[in-house]
Amino acid sequence: MTTTIERPPAPETWQSLSLTQAKLPRWAPALVGVLALAAGALLAVLLGWGIVAAVVLAGLVHVVALPGWSLVVENRRAATDRLMTALVWGCFAAAMVPLVWLLYIVVDEGLDGITLDFLTNDSHNPLAPDVGIAHALVGTLLVTLIAAVISVPIGIMSAIFLVEYGKKSRLARAITFLVDVMTGIPSIVAGLFALSLFVLILGPAIRFGFGGSVALSLLMIPIVVRSTEEMLRLVPDDLREASYALGVPKWRTIVKVVLPTALGGIITGVTLATARVIGETAPLLVVCGATNTMNLNPFSGRMMTLPVYIFYSFTQPGVVPRSAPPGTDPPGIARAWAASLVLIVLVLLLNLVARVIGRVFAVPTK
Amino acid sequence: MDSRRRGDRIFAGLSRAAGLTIMLALAGVFVFLAVEGIPGISQPAHNYAPKDGFWPYVGSLLFGTVLAAVIALVIAVPFSIGVALFIAFYAPRRIAAPVAYVIDLLAAVPSVIFGLWGAFTLARHLTPIYQWLYEHASWIPFFAGPPSATGRTMLTAGIVLAIMILPIITAISREIFAQTPRLHREAAMALGATRWEMVRLTVFPYARSGIVSAVMLGLGRALGETMAVAIVLSASPLVTLNLISTDNPATIASNIATSFAEATPEKLHVLIATGLALFALTFVVNFTARAIVGRAERRFSA
Repeated sequence: MTTTIERPPAPETWQSLSLTQAKLPRWAPALVGVLALAAGALLAVLLGWGIVAAVVLAGLVHVVALPGWSLVVENRRAATDRLMTALVWGCFAAAMVPLVWLLYIVVDEGLDGITLDFLTNDSHNPLAPDVGIAHALVGTLLVTLIAAVISVPIGIMSAIFLVEYGKKSRLARAITFLVDVMTGIPSIVAGLFALSLFVLILGPAIRFGFGGSVALSLLMIPIVVRSTEEMLRLVPDDLREASYALGVPKWRTIVKVVLPTALGGIITGVTLATARVIGETAPLLVVCGATNTMNLNPFSGRMMTLPVYIFYSFTQPGVVPRSAPPGTDPPGIARAWAASLVLIVLVLLLNLVARVIGRVFAVPTK
Repeated sequence: MDSRRRGDRIFAGLSRAAGLTIMLALAGVFVFLAVEGIPGISQPAHNYAPKDGFWPYVGSLLFGTVLAAVIALVIAVPFSIGVALFIAFYAPRRIAAPVAYVIDLLAAVPSVIFGLWGAFTLARHLTPIYQWLYEHASWIPFFAGPPSATGRTMLTAGIVLAIMILPIITAISREIFAQTPRLHREAAMALGATRWEMVRLTVFPYARSGIVSAVMLGLGRALGETMAVAIVLSASPLVTLNLISTDNPATIASNIATSFAEATPEKLHVLIATGLALFALTFVVNFTARAIVGRAERRFSA
């Protein structure tokens, strides 16, 4: 026998008794975003606004409309949440703008100036049409290389002291603190320090490449120490203990077990530190001076570097040729952009290399 | 003493020596700047033109330095915290790491290129805004104008500085945010908090001191930044709150960079003395920031 129990018809109130509150659909933010962009684009077309104004307006519309809709459908708390979410995304978008803009401008303005002559000539005759940046490029590489040669041993040995020997001693704590403070030294102060040092030793007119390296290493050492320290701490203690258990002395354990394990991370850190100081301008401006000719001796004579070349090409751009159409920028400006492109490629390349090394030699933490 | 212990002694000694070198270097910075800089306080008056003595000279430079840094902070702090929140909590997992990397890339761009971009590109795009501010808001002393036609003003310099310090404030805040105990966050969510309430109720109280020190580290950066300001501003040591005119106060660092090339030995002493003042200022700021972080770390590990 079968009885079919008929369900009573659902009363109207059931739907309003839902256990969850009304919520905007998942695609609501996207919808509002698209509509806001469309509104901005419409105004841009109708009123002839620029892209920037249209996008800013779209952002404002989104920030007002979505929480407004949410306030009507959901509640106050949800509306606040949506407002903050929109603002946080907005911050991210706004932070991307300068980077993209800057990279675009540097490539756009600089690409025309990059020729073989520009990369291989120096500027010993600054009026010649085929002046180049070879002297600055070589100077930058030499100064940075020497800075790395000074900073890497000191930085790595200090990190070893902090992690392996110092542990919690007062000296180690003091050094950790000072390294932290050192990361905040303004680069120009590092330059003035190197200058004061060598002026005291060698007389007031001294300008040479090595001084720049000393200044840069003051900026580089703390970065190397911090990254190496972090990597050494990642090396599992099991490895050290296994080595001690085999009767290996501590220093050989460090050299043969700890350092090789952390090698990838250390190289990454050193490369990033190099990338960071290779673009430093202020200290080199002060200590290395500027010159138009190639100088391969870091211990005597002024030495040109890329950042300083950019600065002087900008501040002393030369005169616009008579034949040029009015409104043309002086020749130095184009050279400054081209040199900027070379410098930024150098920096990005170092960053990329660091990342690849970091990936390939990642410390096995398990 | 057998050879193994000797090896250990030598290696330990070397590493300790390297650590001591760092301390010596930092002390050396102070000593050498003092030796070369202190004579700069009492040079013949023409070295301090347009001021008549060292203290007014360094005072007006300090004013410019602090003004530029404060503008940079006011702009950068909200954005940095927003970006840090984005990376830590709001971004889809898959893009969080690349975003963090790209923000770090912003820190890798050499300052001289920021300066070039600021002076040429950004400044030109800001001139209509300055014109508008002058027309509609010139009753505020900051916008008293008349606006600079090139756009190379204090406010432009402040904006460029803000972009430059954004990565460091973001990086430190992000680290601190990520350390908020997971259980606190999950408890908030389980009680029905929205994501923003979770951030406001669990992350911000935990991260407050960290954010303060991140901001101070950003301040330290902004105070000492040289090239961007030197390129964007054509400045002189004067005191004015007007942010959009052609008369701009120089900062200590930019003043050193621009007056350095033609400095006489007397003037060099003066410039190094101002550098010493800058070093002292940034040292105090960084010291305070690190002390705050250190105290917070101890509090939370206890």
